[in-house]
Amino acid sequence: MNVLFAIIQTLLFIALAPLLAGWVKWCKCHLQNRRAPSLLQPYRDLIKLTHKQPVVSKDASWLFIIAPYIIFSTTALAVSVVPLLAVDLPTASSADVIVLVGFLAFARFFLVLAGLDVGTAFGGMGSSREMTISAMAEPAMLMAVFTLTMTASTTNLSFAIDHVLQEGLVLRPSFIFSLSALMLVAVAETGRIPVDNPATHLELTMIHEAMILEYSGRHLALIEWASQLKLMLYGVLIANIFFPWGIAETLSLSVLGYGLLAIMGKLALLVVVLAISETLLAKMRLFRVQEFLSFAYLLGLLGMLSHIILEAAR
Amino acid sequence: MILFLAYAAVLLSFLSGILALLMRQHCSVIKWVHYCCTKRPDWQQCLNNWLEQSVYPQRIQQLSFICLGMAGVFAMIAGVGGLISEQAMTAQLPLGLPWLPWHVRFDSLSGLFFLIIGIAIFAVSCYGPGYVKGNNEQEHPFAVLGLFSGLFIAGMLLVLLADDAFFFMISWELMSVASYFLVAFQHENSANRHAAFIYLIMAEVGAIAIILAFGVLASFSDGGAFTFDALRNASLSDTWASVAFVLALVGFGMKAGLVPLHVWLPEAHPVAPSHISALMSGVMLKVAVYGLIRFSFDLLGDIQWQWGVALMIIGAISALGGILYAMMQPNLKRLLAYSSVENIGIIFMVLGLSMIFLAKGHPTLAALGFVAALFHAFNHALFKNLLFLGAGIIQHQVHSLNIDDMGGLIKRMPHTSKLFLIACMSISSLPLLNGFVSEWLAFQAALQVGVLDDAVLRSLVPVMAAALALTAALAAACFVKLFGMMFLGLPRTRHAAKAEETQDKGMLFSLSLLAGLCFLFGIFPGLMINLLDNVALQLLGHSLPNATAAGWLWLTPVSAEKASYSAPIVLFLAAIAGGISYRYLRRDPAMALRESETWDCGFGGLTPRMQYTSSAFTMPFRRIFSKVWIIDETITKQPGTMPLQVTDIHYELHVNDHSWPKLYQPIEKSVNRIARLVSRMQTGNIRVYLSYSFFTLIFLLWVIS
Repeated sequence: MNVLFAIIQTLLFIALAPLLAGWVKWCKCHLQNRRAPSLLQPYRDLIKLTHKQPVVSKDASWLFIIAPYIIFSTTALAVSVVPLLAVDLPTASSADVIVLVGFLAFARFFLVLAGLDVGTAFGGMGSSREMTISAMAEPAMLMAVFTLTMTASTTNLSFAIDHVLQEGLVLRPSFIFSLSALMLVAVAETGRIPVDNPATHLELTMIHEAMILEYSGRHLALIEWASQLKLMLYGVLIANIFFPWGIAETLSLSVLGYGLLAIMGKLALLVVVLAISETLLAKMRLFRVQEFLSFAYLLGLLGMLSHIILEAAR
Repeated sequence: MILFLAYAAVLLSFLSGILALLMRQHCSVIKWVHYCCTKRPDWQQCLNNWLEQSVYPQRIQQLSFICLGMAGVFAMIAGVGGLISEQAMTAQLPLGLPWLPWHVRFDSLSGLFFLIIGIAIFAVSCYGPGYVKGNNEQEHPFAVLGLFSGLFIAGMLLVLLADDAFFFMISWELMSVASYFLVAFQHENSANRHAAFIYLIMAEVGAIAIILAFGVLASFSDGGAFTFDALRNASLSDTWASVAFVLALVGFGMKAGLVPLHVWLPEAHPVAPSHISALMSGVMLKVAVYGLIRFSFDLLGDIQWQWGVALMIIGAISALGGILYAMMQPNLKRLLAYSSVENIGIIFMVLGLSMIFLAKGHPTLAALGFVAALFHAFNHALFKNLLFLGAGIIQHQVHSLNIDDMGGLIKRMPHTSKLFLIACMSISSLPLLNGFVSEWLAFQAALQVGVLDDAVLRSLVPVMAAALALTAALAAACFVKLFGMMFLGLPRTRHAAKAEETQDKGMLFSLSLLAGLCFLFGIFPGLMINLLDNVALQLLGHSLPNATAAGWLWLTPVSAEKASYSAPIVLFLAAIAGGISYRYLRRDPAMALRESETWDCGFGGLTPRMQYTSSAFTMPFRRIFSKVWIIDETITKQPGTMPLQVTDIHYELHVNDHSWPKLYQPIEKSVNRIARLVSRMQTGNIRVYLSYSFFTLIFLLWVIS
């Protein structure tokens, strides 16, 4: 029963990710006085891409062809250990939050290699920038996550969220710091403004798009889907770790339905925040990103220290 | 029995060295065969044919490597035996000083390092024949290489067996000096001689520090005895224990390559033949780690938490420094050598954490950190050997070690590239491979810091954990760059375009073996962790009771509620996810791939020169962490040309280590200055020298009376 639920929840996660991406676009368009595409447009794009014949450069190796599958399946794997609807998730014990970060690193490793594979200047540029940003973002993310895991004294996401839920609404300074840190990291890792702009193909600024410039057809669909999954993953992490209320604690149908509504509401709100910040901010120069991420790291560190000094004092 | 196997491993490695000496002694060997087999003419005939003049050198090489391989197998069996058995085996050999015979002890800590060395030399013995085939026998005689390889390996194994300070130092010196000759093997290059000389100086300075450390300990032991048993029972004051620890840290740290004592490492490792660099980087550094563990955890006994803090900070500096320097190296083997500095830093960091827990009275957590450190040492030996052996194959094929001369090798060398990819993934600590597990355990240990009641330590340890995270992320960037530049993209030189897969089965076998082990221990880490648990039990008196309590599928270092990781389930899920997406999207044959030109923005004519180079790839890092290196960047333009004529612009980049000008050049200068002062005594006048002798004599007589 539990395992079945884990499978269903993962599938739901994967199925809902494009909808979230559509909602981001919709919000942004409305904020910027543009006509919005339908909420279902990302699904149509994915379907269109899967029905096209992929074109592969003659200089590409096997790694280029296999990378999209690896990227998609490791991201799906990362998704499968994050509690979405219910706290009790059996897969969460097979991989804790550090392994989750490891999965994302795994996907990135192959994405970056695929960017280097064809041997164009664009691919190399995107790969180099992606590795730079991720090298700065990963410690900041772990710092934010460690605060949570030290508070809950477990790295298992299910147990950690359960712990936060049992504690009830306690104002923790450490959580405020790590929430801000995690939000900054999420912006950087999912390639949103002000770090990267997913809507542009301008060579001076692009990071993610530069790496996947050579991809087309179903390969591109998988990579796009994986990045939508990643966006939703960060959203769910933020929503369910810091505001877990509403998540189902038992597996009855009505509670689960309520949990689904709760998470969709929380994500919708988060996305509105994202859209507003994307509308208000301009993209940064590449070498300002390090300051942005060191700030995130600093926030994570402050969160950790305030946990140790203020909350765990004995 | 296990001790016997260990002796056999040592003797076989000696034998392999001695066999190599017979390389040019064809006539005397034949004579000797005749003499021995006078009664069995059929044997004699047989041996004569087998050792025919034309194939004789090959036969000797094969025999030498077979001996080495058998030494590896024996060392592995002995190592596993030592890890399993609960008690340490001791013996005395009738060698050495008259009042101090060589004491031998084989416990589970020695067993672990025997296992590491055994795997490494077995892989090297499969790899070696293919590697030395191309050597010019006149320029680079196999006799020298084989002899010193044998002595080097025997020295390392003896260090692990030693149970008294004399024997330990003798084996340590055997290891150091033999490896000096291996570094100096290709001595026609002045750079190699220079590297070997630096190595020798630093190895000897380190050895002096170790001797002093033993001396401090021995002066407190019962009657000044030098056996490890006596040293264990020595009772030191805290200050003297710290003095001994610092001396040992300097001595062993110099061998292990801790920053800033690492400078010999990136000079010496790249210039040795590849299989020797693999042994030096993958194994010899581990022997230094063994030395420090033996000295501090076993001999000194009462660990102080300050040592742990020192070890953690030095380890963090080494880890970050090592990987940042590695990133900037265009030379493949130098890059790998610097990355060894990084990994040694990680090991020391986690050991420091374990010391803090031990000193603060949390032995189970100390055992967790200890096991994580040992597991990382084991893993690093596996993947670093794999990387160095792969580098040797690539050097043979591409005739260069500069990664900017390579590119596109994934198509030319399919097997090597796959095995190299596994090593790169493992060293970048990606899930499903062994490097990840040890790093995960280290994080788990660091996250238990809440149990400490010292607030400073409680905030220091998470910062160290973040440094570890940064190191891992930078390592991933470094090895993505390495793999991308070497194997992906278009070939950058003619040699790279013409490279071919190696035809030697043995070389590929040894790489596959190591890659397979990386994968095996990534999926089933419980196998190794159960063994490592015994080491913790013997040395710290505590083990991890729950590590595999939830069954073989699960790894639960503290308890199942706190953290769990199940690589087999993850692998299973990954296979399902990958399989579904692959099958589903591949079902329509009409949708097969179409090959086409690379997108070139419509300009046409993409060339390999337009690709990102390794220095271009790391440029953002160079800018962000610019204080870490001495960056010498010069752009020269030819005068009077068009401003955008790229062919007239010359760009030069040198990235150097801070430790040379900051630390070593001042030392060198002061040594020279002192030497000049001393040389004033040398007047060249015989009467002055005679008066020196006279006054010395008078002085000594006065002292005696």
